[in-house]
Amino acid sequence: MLLIHCPYCAEARPEVEFAYGGQAHIARPLDPSALSDADWEQYLYIRNNPRGRHHERWRHAHGCGRFFNAVRDTVTDKFEVTYPAGEAAR
Amino acid sequence: MSGYRLPTGGRVDRAKSVSFSFDGQSYTGLAGDNLASALVANGVTLFGRSFKYHRPRGILGMGSEEPNALVTVDRGPGRTTPNLRAPSVPLHSGLVASSQNRFPSLKFDLGAVNDKLGAFFPAGFYNKTFMWPRSAWEKLYEPAIRQMAGLGDSPTSRDPDHYASTYAHCEVLVVGAGPAGIEAALAAAQSGDRVILVDEQEEIGGGALADPAQWAWLTDARAQLLALSNVQLLERTTAIAHLHQNFVVAVQRLTDHVAPAQAQGAREKLWRIRAARVVLAQGAIERPLVFDGNDVPGVMLASAGRSLALRFGVAPGHAVAVMATHDSGWHDALALAKAGVHIVAIIDVRDDVSSDLLDAAGAAGIAVHLNHAVIGVGGRHAVKSVTIAAAGSSAARTLSCDCLLMAGGWTPTVHLWSHAKGSLRWDADWAAYLPDSIDDNVIAVGGGAGAWNYGSGVAVSNLPSPKPVHQQKAFVDFQNDVKARDIRLAVQEGFRSIEHIKRYTTNGMATDQGKTSNINGLQIASEVLSKPVTAVGLTTFRPPYTPQTFGALMGHHKDALFQPLRRTVIDDWAVANGAVFENVAQWRRARYFPQGSETMDQAVARECLAVRERVGMFDASTLGKIEVVGPDAAEFLNRMYTNPWKSLEPGRCRYGLLLREDGFIVDDGVSARLAPDRFHLTTTTGGAARVLGMMEDYLQTEWSDLDVWLTSTTEQYAVIAVQGPLARAVIAPLVAGIDLSHEAFPHMAVREGTICGVPTRLFRVSFTGELGFEVNVAAEHGLAVWQAIHEAGQAHGIVPYGTETMHVLRAEKGYIIVGQDTDGTLTPDDAGLGWAVGKKKPDFVGKRSLARPDIVGAGRKQLVGLLTKDPQVVLEEGAQIVADPAQPVPMTMLGHVTSSYHSATLGRSIALAMLVDGRAKLGETIYVPMPGGTIAAEVTGMVFLDPKGSRLDA
Amino acid sequence: MKRFSAFNLFAEALRGHQGWPEHWPDKAPKSAYDVIIVGAGGHGLGAAYYLAKKYGITNVAVIEKGWLGGGNTGRNTTIIRSNYLYDESAHLYDHAVKLWDGLSQELNYNVMYSKRGVLMLAHNVHDVQSFKRHIHANRLNGVDNEWLSAEECKAYCPPLDISATARHPVLGGALQRRGGTARHDSVAWGYARAASALGVDIIQNCAVTGIRRGPDGAVQGVETERGFIGAKKIGVSAAGNTSVVMNMAGLDFPLESFPLQALVSEPVKPIFPCVVMSNTVHAYISQSDKGELVIGAGTDQYTSYSQRGAFHILEHTLAAICEIFPIFTRMRMLRTWGGIVDTTPDRSPILGKTPVPGLYVNCGWGTGGFKATPGSADLLAYTIAHDAPHKINAPFNLDRFRNGRLIDEAAAAAVAH
Repeated sequence: MLLIHCPYCAEARPEVEFAYGGQAHIARPLDPSALSDADWEQYLYIRNNPRGRHHERWRHAHGCGRFFNAVRDTVTDKFEVTYPAGEAAR
Repeated sequence: MSGYRLPTGGRVDRAKSVSFSFDGQSYTGLAGDNLASALVANGVTLFGRSFKYHRPRGILGMGSEEPNALVTVDRGPGRTTPNLRAPSVPLHSGLVASSQNRFPSLKFDLGAVNDKLGAFFPAGFYNKTFMWPRSAWEKLYEPAIRQMAGLGDSPTSRDPDHYASTYAHCEVLVVGAGPAGIEAALAAAQSGDRVILVDEQEEIGGGALADPAQWAWLTDARAQLLALSNVQLLERTTAIAHLHQNFVVAVQRLTDHVAPAQAQGAREKLWRIRAARVVLAQGAIERPLVFDGNDVPGVMLASAGRSLALRFGVAPGHAVAVMATHDSGWHDALALAKAGVHIVAIIDVRDDVSSDLLDAAGAAGIAVHLNHAVIGVGGRHAVKSVTIAAAGSSAARTLSCDCLLMAGGWTPTVHLWSHAKGSLRWDADWAAYLPDSIDDNVIAVGGGAGAWNYGSGVAVSNLPSPKPVHQQKAFVDFQNDVKARDIRLAVQEGFRSIEHIKRYTTNGMATDQGKTSNINGLQIASEVLSKPVTAVGLTTFRPPYTPQTFGALMGHHKDALFQPLRRTVIDDWAVANGAVFENVAQWRRARYFPQGSETMDQAVARECLAVRERVGMFDASTLGKIEVVGPDAAEFLNRMYTNPWKSLEPGRCRYGLLLREDGFIVDDGVSARLAPDRFHLTTTTGGAARVLGMMEDYLQTEWSDLDVWLTSTTEQYAVIAVQGPLARAVIAPLVAGIDLSHEAFPHMAVREGTICGVPTRLFRVSFTGELGFEVNVAAEHGLAVWQAIHEAGQAHGIVPYGTETMHVLRAEKGYIIVGQDTDGTLTPDDAGLGWAVGKKKPDFVGKRSLARPDIVGAGRKQLVGLLTKDPQVVLEEGAQIVADPAQPVPMTMLGHVTSSYHSATLGRSIALAMLVDGRAKLGETIYVPMPGGTIAAEVTGMVFLDPKGSRLDA
Repeated sequence: MKRFSAFNLFAEALRGHQGWPEHWPDKAPKSAYDVIIVGAGGHGLGAAYYLAKKYGITNVAVIEKGWLGGGNTGRNTTIIRSNYLYDESAHLYDHAVKLWDGLSQELNYNVMYSKRGVLMLAHNVHDVQSFKRHIHANRLNGVDNEWLSAEECKAYCPPLDISATARHPVLGGALQRRGGTARHDSVAWGYARAASALGVDIIQNCAVTGIRRGPDGAVQGVETERGFIGAKKIGVSAAGNTSVVMNMAGLDFPLESFPLQALVSEPVKPIFPCVVMSNTVHAYISQSDKGELVIGAGTDQYTSYSQRGAFHILEHTLAAICEIFPIFTRMRMLRTWGGIVDTTPDRSPILGKTPVPGLYVNCGWGTGGFKATPGSADLLAYTIAHDAPHKINAPFNLDRFRNGRLIDEAAAAAVAH
């Protein structure tokens, strides 16, 4: 069970309080209708899935309820940093 | 008969005898014994049969590394446990144990024929044969193999015991309470840290338990630990896994050490420990030596002999020989001799052993054979002699003895270190892997870190022998019957990675998980491959450290606590009124209310007719509810749902359709605008949490500029649907502050007022096609309001109805149920809900996906109605539709029946179905091929009753 | 290749088994091959075998970064079945089941395919509707799958608890009698040995570090730890690591890799005659020929390549097992492990061509790839040999994520509302 630091609660809490939210920093296009099918596919489905440093979203679902972003190494599962949603990628 | 109780010594209580039975025979042991020591004290050498060849086996070790002496313990009905290691079974009065994997008896086991045929069953034999004839594998070979395999018998009835679990947090967790662990715990405790010390044995002390010189220290240390308020000492507790960020899981055994009648409370407890720092002090396990006959009962680890004699006061034999490649064997031999055990000889492959040891052996009168090795063992059910020879010589001599101790050096226990992804380094002196570096805050101490030494040794696993290896019965993995020659065969057959060798031979895959076999296997593979050990690789250490019960992991999560069952506030009333329930998502809901001996169909027909003719009431409390509040609430919903929301007037309701971003329907529900900045949303029963999470996601991460708050109110409201032409008449006397007239309160409107004197949000909505109201009241008033409506309705012939009736009523009207009529692959248009999509809206969740080529193309499945040609035939839900029932299999399927019922109102069956290009097929005949014959049906619209909806406006 | 048979086993026994040759020779890479398969799991080794056997393409290398069969092939719970709902899936998996039958004889290697039946339990009305839909669709597709009442389920699998008072009572089940299990390692080893005998080179401990493409965009070969190896056709069958390999060719994929755990109990005498799956309770269990209960757990929620998962997943798994089989609470968990499963947005695999000429892919099997091994291997070989997909795997293309023609089995089993 991972220990995850919630940047809002400023506490490390067990993983069961959190919900994983997939890759971070994928903004929903402002005008989806202007996108080609291929670009829409990119937004909907294409993911980095890197072996190593990964930007990802978590929600402190059973805590403050808020979404935040994290950088985690997918080989060691070690968190490098967590930071509030809306901030630039670390 | 070999072992016996020594007249003095050991930590057993000689004043307390304990009676027990093994294989039906009664024995007596002493308090403080375990099953193995007690049986050895009674002269028992034969404990079990091996997995594959059914060879007779005694004990090898005296700890959790034991591979051979597996027993079943019977603590009464539902309380049998197979595959327990005899040395890990604490003795209590009345213990009933039996041996396993033998028929008809342990001494005479028919399965031992496998041993005679062993030459035909080398590693991987099953890959090479049992293929002809083709059908014989399942019918003949596999059942035979399965019957021969397996160890003990599984329990066959429900376990009356229960299991507990907990969380714990500490600054320092120490795993293993041998001298190193105890010292570490005391040191940490003195700094004020919260310390948890876990140890798997019946009493703490580790190696010190077999060293009387340390007993005084041990007693004192234990008292100190118990006196420290910041130390939690967990005895009989095995740390089994070391996971991310110092999360260590341990299992505590609470009752198995006492007689069943004395057992109280949970049988076991799972500890989930998060520690800032972990100290691993797991010690080391002695290695067997590999030679012909090393598995004859009476051949055991020197450490086991030492433990028997010094901890339990039991001589392992009357005449004990010691085969050593390590000084520790000499120390053990000398200790045993001092305790009064007759040591026949020490045999050592080395030709130079320290003069101290030689002198001590001489002083103890022990014969010494340097540069010799055991090349054979006499006896089948017990050792009778050993044959030894000098290296390179064929001149053998035989020593008479009834026990042979093996001292092959030590393997530090690095399991938890490895679970935590610590790296290991090969240490040539230890001939073992030692902890190297690790990311987390973990240190290894004591024998497990290679920091303790018991003299030196030489790395040999397969002892020199004049016999060719393939003629030796020299075991590496005792339980799985893996011999040195199997490892050679694996290499010969091209298996070079240690993982392949392990899997091909099953070395290290027995219930001891290779605790005594891994390093020997590795060394043999390294020799055969002529590669250094480090180039052969190392198999992964996989949790748990020792096998643990499913019950311990299950903990409290059984029966009703497996998952909470959600009940509405009206549930008790439904029970009292004979409801039959069904589970829907986490809820249970009344399905129908049979009267007398009614079947479901009869009850549902009666309930349906009552609603259509008079009035019915339905507990709709499970519907998800979300309060959406804020100046941008309408804008937010407008972006989430397919429908337009900004134009909805306060006091009005709207059917909302929610898509995923991929364009497929995920949820729906009728929602009300209570005020310009306040909406009362409803969702499906199963979808509430998902919808709320999805909305929070968009609100927080995409549209954080919107001023909106979302609150789950599912459990805050009880919801009572009152439906039918007399619905208004039923509730009118109870409602205050709301004009219920059709003009003042039309269909799809919402009003706030009181009912039965309590505040209500009253919806005029219908999922039945009748005049209907949904009464929302605070949950604590739900039951009282329900009862009041029920009472008021008596004069109007009101009936309570359940979900099954609700399903029929809505199907008659063509109202869909998301999840039944849709399945996560339907767009609004597919579901006939194109009208619910705001055509003028530039965007909403999922809109872009609806323009993808395959979504706009022809040939999609669409929801339609079906009427069977024979009106009394009710189609089966899930049945498949074809155009041509005479076509051969595989048939071209056009869709399936999603909902199907007998409609009492219409006097015939009705169905909804997904059908390829369904709306273009109205009036056509389709076919449903069933095992009992084909059913023909006509494609129709989805509304079977009151297509104009005039009944809604009653 | 020395033939495996009872006679040869007997003959070898008399001389200490000293005559058995290597299953597959350890090969150093040549400078170029006609086809390179990346990933020596069952799928990749099988593809090499069928390329050689069916299409005569024997100048083939299978390149593996670790040891063959060490990925998901050797880490799964070996369930085999084909009772999928959609035509596309049913045809794909049934193609595999048909190849499983007779695979031991074809490879001259006993893979221990055991048709002991896969029973899927229904616990609520919605499950019943969903299972009946599967059964009817399967029947019209010629795939066996039948409905059993709760009592019939109990008769088929005696350890099952069918009491009506259970938290998730058993209302019945769908049984595929041709479903069952096989011995996972033997599948990899059998294909490796048979492919090797036909001339395929199996190169282990040779990680691919790059995919070289020519000016025309087509593949030219792979860069590896042991140097460049040329090939005009490359088939990638790298499971959880597919995204990483595809990135080397400049492709981003609709894949995410998650930890998936499994466990076995200590071995016991035969107690569990079939395979049982419960999607509602999340329990997946069978008993191996060795006697261990083999139990599949769920995936962790986050992506990872660590091959280890969280303990609470195992707790939930065993609680689920004990919920349906309360007699097993005293059984003991012997060994747990983790794999990396690559999942697609619609949980169906991707098997076919890629936008890069000469690059083929077989991935996205998620938690259920073992059962498809011979089928996907055969279809990947077909696709490589013809530079075009077979009609069975044509729907499992990459285009579906753009045009919306998804094959969403999980959505089809939608949660009850």
